[in-house]
Amino acid sequence: MPVPESARKRFLETEGLPIIAVLLALVIVFMIAAPDVFLGYRIYMSFLATVPPLLVLAAALTLLIAAGEIDLSFPSVIALSGWVLAYFTHVLGSPWFGLLLALVAGGLVGWMNGILVARIGVPSIIATLATQFLWGGLTTVFSQGLSYSLGEVDQYLLWQLLVGRIGPFPVQALWSLAVAGVLWLVLNRHRFGEHLLFIGDNARVAEVVGVNVEREKIRAFMLMGVLAAFASVLLTFENRSFFNTQGGGYLLEVMAAVFIGGTSVFGGRASLVGTVAGSFIIGMVEAGLVATGLQGFWVRAVVGVVFLAAVIGHIVIEEPERRSAFVRALRARYDFVRKSSPGGGSRERRGAR
Amino acid sequence: MSEAAPMESAAQSFRHVVRLEKVEMTFGKVQALSNVDFAVGRNEIVGLLGDNGAGKSTLIKIVSGVLRPTAGNVWVRDRPQDPDQYSVRKAHDLRIETVHQGQTLGEKQPLWRNLFVGRQITGRFGFIDVKKEKEIADQLLRRAIGFRGHGITADSTVLDLSGGERQGIAIARAMYFEADLIVLDEPTTALAVSEVRKVLAFVEGVKAGGRACIYIEHNLAHVHEVADRLVILDRGRVVGQFAKGEISLADLTARMIALHEGRTHAGA
Ligand SMILES: Nc1ncnc2c1ncn2[C@@H]1O[C@H](COP(=O)(O)OP(=O)(O)OP(=O)(O)O)[C@@H](O)[C@H]1O
Ligand SMILES: [Mg+2]
Repeated sequence: MPVPESARKRFLETEGLPIIAVLLALVIVFMIAAPDVFLGYRIYMSFLATVPPLLVLAAALTLLIAAGEIDLSFPSVIALSGWVLAYFTHVLGSPWFGLLLALVAGGLVGWMNGILVARIGVPSIIATLATQFLWGGLTTVFSQGLSYSLGEVDQYLLWQLLVGRIGPFPVQALWSLAVAGVLWLVLNRHRFGEHLLFIGDNARVAEVVGVNVEREKIRAFMLMGVLAAFASVLLTFENRSFFNTQGGGYLLEVMAAVFIGGTSVFGGRASLVGTVAGSFIIGMVEAGLVATGLQGFWVRAVVGVVFLAAVIGHIVIEEPERRSAFVRALRARYDFVRKSSPGGGSRERRGAR
Repeated sequence: MSEAAPMESAAQSFRHVVRLEKVEMTFGKVQALSNVDFAVGRNEIVGLLGDNGAGKSTLIKIVSGVLRPTAGNVWVRDRPQDPDQYSVRKAHDLRIETVHQGQTLGEKQPLWRNLFVGRQITGRFGFIDVKKEKEIADQLLRRAIGFRGHGITADSTVLDLSGGERQGIAIARAMYFEADLIVLDEPTTALAVSEVRKVLAFVEGVKAGGRACIYIEHNLAHVHEVADRLVILDRGRVVGQFAKGEISLADLTARMIALHEGRTHAGA
């Protein structure tokens, strides 16, 4: 019996479906290429320990990109909030204060970004590039360029709650998935998320339908700051140490995770399910490729290929107009080649010039 | 729909549904409105006329709370509005609905979101009652707009719609929220003749229903036909007002052409 058209359509429209398929395909490829590693559970536990900071960052950035904005300053929040956590936990003797102050610091950085972008009107790519330098630099000043080792930190209850293990299972995986789940609800079911989508779609339209564009943008940047701080806490606790360069590698990976997941770079459309899958793809590909014995420098190239394939896949599935335009263009080219082949089309070709 | 609104409109004792007093609006060096006094009676259709750039859209954006005037006062139902408080949201609460010029819908968003954005039906903590919004949107699409059989549903995105259908959605949105004052800024752009008739019939329905309307269109015949009063703007000033029957369509046309030529000759 043929599958009814509507059911097929609904299945294809399931949020993040193509990218989930890519993720599963990758797992299968790795299982075949490196069965010793990928048929055991350890490698997956290791992903679940290392992907959460990336996932939290990517999920938060998804909302900001939905609103048509970008944040390039979150790597500095990872450094700054990590330092705040380490320093104040040490000075005040309680990681709870450290956590609280780290989140506050992230929120303040986000608030400043929001003011610069929404109130003063600096484009977010420029404003957050500047604040990235500012806070990154200040963190090095605060920490005097030193790294802190937090050897005893796993004695704290808070550490157990945030990055402890249930058997082999890392707790931070639950926290990061919970963050992504809540953000999904906010984006898709809450007033605030709807406002962000309309702002990203067309800020002028958002304004005339009664959205307080300035306020909502500031909120979105603050949310990004607070969640970047939370990601930093997970990272710093998991590593049991603070480096003032600890945010550095995240910028491109987080953006890749968001865009692999199918969120539109133009705003107004975003998929958190896609971002979750994209984060695991990014987190997994590197470790996975190394496990298959591929040489290090190949790894990045393969990431690039997966990235491109995913992005093209989204266009093919989600933008049928563009796909058909592409097919038409191909066909026209093919016809042209046929017509201008010997005997047939030299005159036509001259005519076309 | 807002909670405060029914009480406010129950007190039918107001004279003007909206009134602007000595309103000024400048954008940098551009003086879009200067010293404008403008009022709309409780059951009045006001046609707003003027050349491109005369300040019509600016004026109605002040009425609908999108822009805050540089100077002057806004009165709604004879009550002065605090400029710091007056906003799109406030105007909605005071039962003023606007169909703005040009794009007024989020193109990538589904129709149900477009109908309710800015005044969502929410449950606890601001979460949207998606089921209810979609239900109402579907009803509206079938009954009010007559999109039956076009394959358009509450889940369709605006990108799937033609220009006229989009305009239909924008007008239906304004109709749904039953306002005392409906502001239409060039609503017939992109519409076929039969659709234009529907819009004009809608304006007549507003009149028959005891409500008010500000109507902006460049087709003088249409405005002349539906308006109780015509207000002419030129370079941000009110330069003429006519009650229905005071000026013939031919005279009105001559006057608008003269204004236009005066303007081009002045080099403005
Ligand atoms: N946001 C803005 N920033 C700067 N100038 C503006 C802005 N909005 C309007 N103006 C200027 O104010 C003047 C009046 O514009 P407005 O849109 O009110 O004209 P209009 O009468 O609606 O014209 P049209 O018939 O073409 O729609 C124009 O000179 C316009 O350039
Ligand atoms: Mg206008």
